[in-house]
Amino acid sequence: MTTNASARFPLLLGLDTFGDTTNDAAGRPLTHAQTIRNLVEQGVLADQLGLDFFGIGEHHTDDWPLSAADVVLGAIAARTKRIHLGSAVTVLSSDDPVRVFQRYSTLNAISGGRAEVVLGRGSSIDSFPLFGYDLANYETLFEEKVNLFAELIKGGPVTWEGTTRAALINQDVVPHTESGPFPVWIGVGGSPQSVVRAAHYGFNLMLAIIGGSPSRFAPFSRLFEQALAKFEQPPRPIGVHGPGHVAATDETAREEFWPYYLDVFRRIGKTRGFATPTKEQFLHEVGPHGALYIGSPETVAQKIAANLPALHATRFDLKYGMGGLSHEALMTNIELYATQVAPRVRELME
Amino acid sequence: MTAGSSSPMPWPRIAVLGAGHSGPVIARIAVAAGFQVSIAASGDPEKIALITEVLVPGAEPRWAADAVEDADIVVLSIPLHRFPDFDPDLVAGKLVVDVMNYWPPVNGVVEMFEDRRYSSSEIVQRRLVRSTVVKTLNHIGYHEMEDDRRPAGSPERRALGVAGDARSAVDAVAEVIERIGYDTVRLDSLSAGRLLQPGGPVFGKSLHRTEFELAVRATAA
Repeated sequence: MTTNASARFPLLLGLDTFGDTTNDAAGRPLTHAQTIRNLVEQGVLADQLGLDFFGIGEHHTDDWPLSAADVVLGAIAARTKRIHLGSAVTVLSSDDPVRVFQRYSTLNAISGGRAEVVLGRGSSIDSFPLFGYDLANYETLFEEKVNLFAELIKGGPVTWEGTTRAALINQDVVPHTESGPFPVWIGVGGSPQSVVRAAHYGFNLMLAIIGGSPSRFAPFSRLFEQALAKFEQPPRPIGVHGPGHVAATDETAREEFWPYYLDVFRRIGKTRGFATPTKEQFLHEVGPHGALYIGSPETVAQKIAANLPALHATRFDLKYGMGGLSHEALMTNIELYATQVAPRVRELME
Repeated sequence: MTAGSSSPMPWPRIAVLGAGHSGPVIARIAVAAGFQVSIAASGDPEKIALITEVLVPGAEPRWAADAVEDADIVVLSIPLHRFPDFDPDLVAGKLVVDVMNYWPPVNGVVEMFEDRRYSSSEIVQRRLVRSTVVKTLNHIGYHEMEDDRRPAGSPERRALGVAGDARSAVDAVAEVIERIGYDTVRLDSLSAGRLLQPGGPVFGKSLHRTEFELAVRATAA
């Protein structure tokens, strides 16, 4: 059965970042350390301007040096009051679910109950060799670790046995949460089995739509709703993670973003063996049938407001930033997203 | 290498092995084109019943052995790192479409595919000795397969490469691809399938037939 999601869950608008290294105003790359300090300021601004969520995606490369997202989130938590803070995503397969629970439960304590966690694979594999995991075991690692995390998030002593880590017998895992489980999402990029798994555990669904037409994910939302019903789970919210950039005008947004997008994807393409995107492909992704939310506040708001209902989603997290953009451009992006895009989306979706 | 031409042939029955990222999409566009399609994962079809019902209405979830037995064409869309454990007997005597990629920076190293003298589909063929392997659909993103379909004759119609050692098998698979909504460029060996791989001239590129032919010819030369 299709449910009217908007009647059940509030509309939430947030930001995600991978901590893309930024340049200074003169175009020189900033250090990882300065990028991280800037990121804290970006999270604080997002809270001041009333956004609902700020998420950091775990990465382990020179371009994306945010390997310890929860530490940065802790710093933001100490300086903010209202905004929810979480991962986007936590690469659970190459982490220890007990540690993930402990870190985010600690963040939940610092922030007074504002922690969330998004579990997934992400599109990078760097954490596997780094932590000594074999990517060939990916499915088993993820399945088992989600299973353990589902036990941990319930609170109370945990008894668990699997093949990927030591068993736990009636183990108390601390810190305890003050008021029950914090929100857990499964980030899904295209695997229907992950959608079913999220429903099985009664977790929320975060659709990561980074290329192609967002509407092609609508069947995944239906699958999630039907799987929840099949597993006798209550309805859960669906969110969308989408990359983009907001500036004063469509042209400014496109022209600010394109050179860095080209540069980053040319480099990724070289290591991964895919073609460098053309300007034509870029403009298609920016258009109504593409995955990028790039443009003036009105353009971006219209696109979000069109896609969320089509996907039965009530949350949108704009993945802002692109390696090389300046901290100043990102702060402007955040300000426009919070003060113009968010209210306009609410108005359009009323 | 020749451009595709259509000749009448009966509609083959298709079995899709794999219910991950690409399997359900391939099954869905095959159903939409009018083919009889079954889909199988590694175990009990009950496990993929809901996925099939919602994502691939019109296809039948089956045990892999049953799906293969009744099929004329078997689409192998399992994660490539599982291929070393795949039982060649399962598809003996069948025409197998290999849509997999060996893509270490994205999916990790698989020792069996590290022999760079051979294209990844040649390595698949060497293991599936009693099957006939054809390579296609590997160089288009699973997220594009549905949106990029166009009717024959459309100026926007995208071309896909179809590579194999057996001409009749290549033609049979090319017919399916064309009915689904793409032009085809036929390559006369699995070795030439290297041109369709990650790092090759057409991987991830949206090209019309003439552009596609030029791109592979320039690299092959």
